[in-house]
Amino acid sequence: MNETTDRTGDLMVDVSGLHVAFRTGGATKVRAVNGVDLLVRRGEVLAILGESGSGKSVTLRALLRLNPPRVADVTGQIRVAGIDVNALDARSLQDFRGGLVSMIFQDPGIALDPVYRVGDQITETVVRHKGVSRTQGRRRALELFERVRIPSPEQRLDAYPHELSGGMRQRAMIALALCCEPKVLLADEPTTALDATVQIQILLILRELQRDLGLTVMFVTHDIGVAVEVADKIAVMYAGKIVELGPVFDVIRKPRHPYTLGLLATRAHGGRLEGHRLPAIPGSPPDLANLPPGCSFAPRCKFATDKCRRIEPDRETVGLAHEVRCLNARLTGG
Amino acid sequence: MMAASSQTGAAAVPLLGVRGLTKHFPVGHALFGGAALVRALDGIDFDVQIGETLGIVGESGCGKSTAARLVMQLMPPTSGSIMFDGKVVGSAQLPLKEFRRQVQMVFQDSYASLNPRLTVEGSIAFGPQVHGASARDALALAHDILSRVGLDPSRFAGRYPHELSGGQRQRVNIARALAFQPKLMILDEAVSALDKSVEAQVLNLLLDLKDDFGLTYVFISHDLDVVRFISDRVLVMYLGRVAEIGPAKRVLGAARHPYSQALLASVPTMDPGRRTAEAPLTGDPPNPINPPSGCRFHPRCRIAEEVCHIREPLLTDQGGEHSVACHAAVAGSGHTAAGRDCAAVRPK
Repeated sequence: MNETTDRTGDLMVDVSGLHVAFRTGGATKVRAVNGVDLLVRRGEVLAILGESGSGKSVTLRALLRLNPPRVADVTGQIRVAGIDVNALDARSLQDFRGGLVSMIFQDPGIALDPVYRVGDQITETVVRHKGVSRTQGRRRALELFERVRIPSPEQRLDAYPHELSGGMRQRAMIALALCCEPKVLLADEPTTALDATVQIQILLILRELQRDLGLTVMFVTHDIGVAVEVADKIAVMYAGKIVELGPVFDVIRKPRHPYTLGLLATRAHGGRLEGHRLPAIPGSPPDLANLPPGCSFAPRCKFATDKCRRIEPDRETVGLAHEVRCLNARLTGG
Repeated sequence: MMAASSQTGAAAVPLLGVRGLTKHFPVGHALFGGAALVRALDGIDFDVQIGETLGIVGESGCGKSTAARLVMQLMPPTSGSIMFDGKVVGSAQLPLKEFRRQVQMVFQDSYASLNPRLTVEGSIAFGPQVHGASARDALALAHDILSRVGLDPSRFAGRYPHELSGGQRQRVNIARALAFQPKLMILDEAVSALDKSVEAQVLNLLLDLKDDFGLTYVFISHDLDVVRFISDRVLVMYLGRVAEIGPAKRVLGAARHPYSQALLASVPTMDPGRRTAEAPLTGDPPNPINPPSGCRFHPRCRIAEEVCHIREPLLTDQGGEHSVACHAAVAGSGHTAAGRDCAAVRPK
């Protein structure tokens, strides 16, 4: 017990040995998350970078126990601000969700109820969690609408979600997520569906709110540029594992895992020289119901040896707070 | 063919010529006084030369997909004309069925684009059969094209769409389009739904196929990095109008229109040491139901002046086949920056 309190001193999120498998009805299970260990300190922004099926969203959902228990087997330990998330009873879980930890999604439709005015939804949430009057709740909603720069905020409080544009809905969802002063904000691709000129506005607002409110943020994205704009640390996920984790400068400028190297190289940028082709990663991500033995990336990796196809690589430290899961990390170092 | 067209430059007959293309959608009901027009596309002109790739960029609601659908004759335009290979589309010289063989489209949603009840080879062979090929020839062609797009026919020909990954399905869609031996391919966000590692594979494939089959592409995307990589020329759209068009290097390297500049500056950085400090634009793209007066971009433009509220700027040649619809780029327009800024930005 004592050890835990020591570790949580500055720690906001402590995930260890997280596994999530989905039962599909048949004999096989879809192994979405396969041993994730994560530490996020207070006020830190961690971006989880990965492609579809890498387990990044499932990991994030596990923090709020949003993976449906009917089909999802979740094992491992998740502590947020010292609280054991998997041990919470129903009532405490309700307080925990939105109170201590809150989440924003790619599609604001998931978070906003289409038949209630957005202002009322925020007011109700504040009243439920903070036990204040409706007038005070409404005042809080207005304050947040101003913070997320919704023009004519007073009028917009009375709008229904469908009356708002995509960017405004996203701002309203951020206001809803922050209305009860959570310590941790989970963001699941919150800007992916937005136009470029709107995306950058939302990213900057999130960065500003994080700084002003001292939020701890876990930000899931498939876009390296988005991760660079918001994150202090980046965790790169592949086939349900974190394959590389480190400060944003190190992961972007000195990537060590072959998958991260590949992702950075495949990015189309700059003009194309005649006959030039992008250095693509061959093949496609593995079937999570039937993972290959050894390193999951080995079938697509140009550095892979027989050993990689047999042995699962362990975490190896390659720099200050920079670690990779690769048997050939020595080869990829500059 | 490519060499010939680049030598003669703009004088050559373009493969595709679009003039004054307009599409207005009525919304609401006139009876209840709610009738309004969505001006999805409001008079755009562009040419596509043989062998080139024209990239079209812009945000949602700018009309880029509407333009593609009109060119494909998937719906009738409100007004405007489309010429293909020097012939009027739908005329006796170029009947619609023949035009549709020569122009093919690949969409973003690879799954919705395929008939779930047809096998891969069935989907690819379907078109050529409609156009008169025998079943056996069409099937042989399907197998040949499958191997050209990197799918082994012995493994993939008999599969159904749900048995393929997103990248593989998009390859099938490309193969199906190629089976018509088209001259022009319209790729509408064709790689946008793919993961980055797979996107690179498909982009490389598109470049290879373009060389092998002598294709011309119209490549529509919201991703400026991808457009820069694949395009020879780029067209920037805003609220149903052309804001800027020209060689990719100039439009994306030395953009003249304030909107193009803002779009470029909105792309997240790859350098953690140089994060974006300020959003280039505020607010959302406006609604095309009631586009602003004058220049449609003026309410969001940082250099807008009175003339921009009043008069709509025309697409004006800046030299080097680069045209911009902005008063600030046209000498004598009444904008204080006109002419002055012009020479400074023009590359050597």
